[in-house]
Amino acid sequence: MTQAGPPSADDAPPELQKHFDDTIARDQRIEPRDWMPDGYRRTLIRQVAQHAHSEIIGMQPEGEWITRAPSLRRKAILFAKVQDEAGHGLYLYSAAETLGAERADLTERLIEGRQKYSSIFNYPTLSFADVGVIGWFVDGAAICNQVPLCRSSYGPYARAMVRICKEESFHQRQGYELLMTMMRGTDAQREMVQDAVNRWWWPSLMMFGPPDDSSPNSARSMAWKIKRHSNDELRQRFVDMTVPQAEKLGVTLPDPELRWNEERGRHDFGTPDWDELMRVIKGDGPCNTERIERRRAAHEEGAWVREAATAHAAKQAARAKKGAAA
Amino acid sequence: MSDDHVYMSLAEGHEDNARWAYGTGFEDPLHGVSTAVPDGVDRAELAELCLALADDALVSAQRLGEWTTRAPELEEEVALANIGLDLLGQARLLYARCGQVDGTGRGEDAYAYFRDADDFRNVTLAELPNGDFAFSMARLLVLASWRLAHFELLAGSADPVLAAIAAKGVKELTYHRQYAAEWVVRLGDGTEESHRRMQAGLDQVVPCLAELSAAHDAGEAVLAVLAQVTEAAGLSLADVPAAAAGAGRRGEHTEHLAPLLAELQSVARAHPEATW
Repeated sequence: MTQAGPPSADDAPPELQKHFDDTIARDQRIEPRDWMPDGYRRTLIRQVAQHAHSEIIGMQPEGEWITRAPSLRRKAILFAKVQDEAGHGLYLYSAAETLGAERADLTERLIEGRQKYSSIFNYPTLSFADVGVIGWFVDGAAICNQVPLCRSSYGPYARAMVRICKEESFHQRQGYELLMTMMRGTDAQREMVQDAVNRWWWPSLMMFGPPDDSSPNSARSMAWKIKRHSNDELRQRFVDMTVPQAEKLGVTLPDPELRWNEERGRHDFGTPDWDELMRVIKGDGPCNTERIERRRAAHEEGAWVREAATAHAAKQAARAKKGAAA
Repeated sequence: MSDDHVYMSLAEGHEDNARWAYGTGFEDPLHGVSTAVPDGVDRAELAELCLALADDALVSAQRLGEWTTRAPELEEEVALANIGLDLLGQARLLYARCGQVDGTGRGEDAYAYFRDADDFRNVTLAELPNGDFAFSMARLLVLASWRLAHFELLAGSADPVLAAIAAKGVKELTYHRQYAAEWVVRLGDGTEESHRRMQAGLDQVVPCLAELSAAHDAGEAVLAVLAQVTEAAGLSLADVPAAAAGAGRRGEHTEHLAPLLAELQSVARAHPEATW
């Protein structure tokens, strides 16, 4: 551990920089009180906040179905899953707070569009099968992205990821199990599943971000061991893992170029529509406005409640002080 | 930790699917409890009670589910979902018991998804729209206190299944009441606006005590809680009405129940042959 220095300064004494570099090189963790370069802190706050925002915005597409889930068991599963996402958002905002950020400020940035969340949550959920496909694809892709982050160089983030990944894998199984059940059901249910697969496949591949040759922040994050694998490598893993699961389920993945490449020992697959990804990231996806408006409405309509809680706590403290003085 | 194992294991066989709905910490509250109905227990009365308590819980859980993504703070998202999940769990156990004793052998989903509003027996307070956070907390305080007082008695029920469900529910409801009471005090004491809203929420809920007292006389316990909480919150308690036979328990509901059920039942009824 280094001394708790000034929060950060890129003209910091060389021994602090060297200690930081050595810690990263030895695959050890950076902790909140350790000195760290400004850029590392900024990059982490951005990444952790975007991840937290994704959990919170990600409650919406599935949360829409809590009141409509077609059995009480599915209702309980979905309710608990969406609750877990709120919990993940809480851990992640806490991890961001260890870097000096504040949850209220990060929430403002989200609502004002100054910080992003995962583009996947800007797509609509059109049937109950979407709940299963989101579990299978979206939680699956999130796991591919996040399991390596359990070894992220920043301690609080890495530890939050361990817990989150365990819960995500549980959600993924629940999603897949819902789809298995639906595929054994009626023709209409099988059609719902295939339709949801068709709609979510390409957006799920886009969850890994742009291709490596146009991903501006990746190289530095990998050098700092904030990220451990490139976008394209993670996307390839996701495809390789998902193809046999799709076969077992009995659905077709909507990519005519998808085939096993014996030589590479991996699947070849088509190119996602990167223009679509850029449009969605820039705010022009099917549900961007709706998602942010819902978050803004909840935040603004809840302001009087949060103010009341703060005022009550202050009054309580004043009463306790007065009581102690008397 | 291997990077891949959690994902790779997905397509492997799992035989514990039935447990997934409950998370990993699930304990069956009915483990080792005989489901035979003891001599001297009136089956029709038992079924009617289980159904009414299940309907109260399901309708309340549905309203709590509507708060999801709309709560004033993330901690409240988590807490309201917790309470909703507890009540949904109570509803499922009570419907199952009802199906065992009413002679129909129906499962939980038959009660939840394939009955119409006039077959529901919940008290009307549970079905009213959520309103603002203050009304929701006033309602939760009253319903949780009332249900808790009832469940404390039912934990000694002659029916061992109902007794076990009630005993589990007592722990949950104690937390629900505590959560609601804390918010009523915070909002009553907080700011001018929160005080005004909290008083309005409380004033809207108090007349509904008539129906609750008629359905189950836990009136004194609820009044004691309300008196304590309103005093701590600096709120005033309107005159509590005398017990009056409740409409909800007879299947007479406000205009708000049918749309609530239409939403709850929409997917299940669109695919009556489906399994989920």
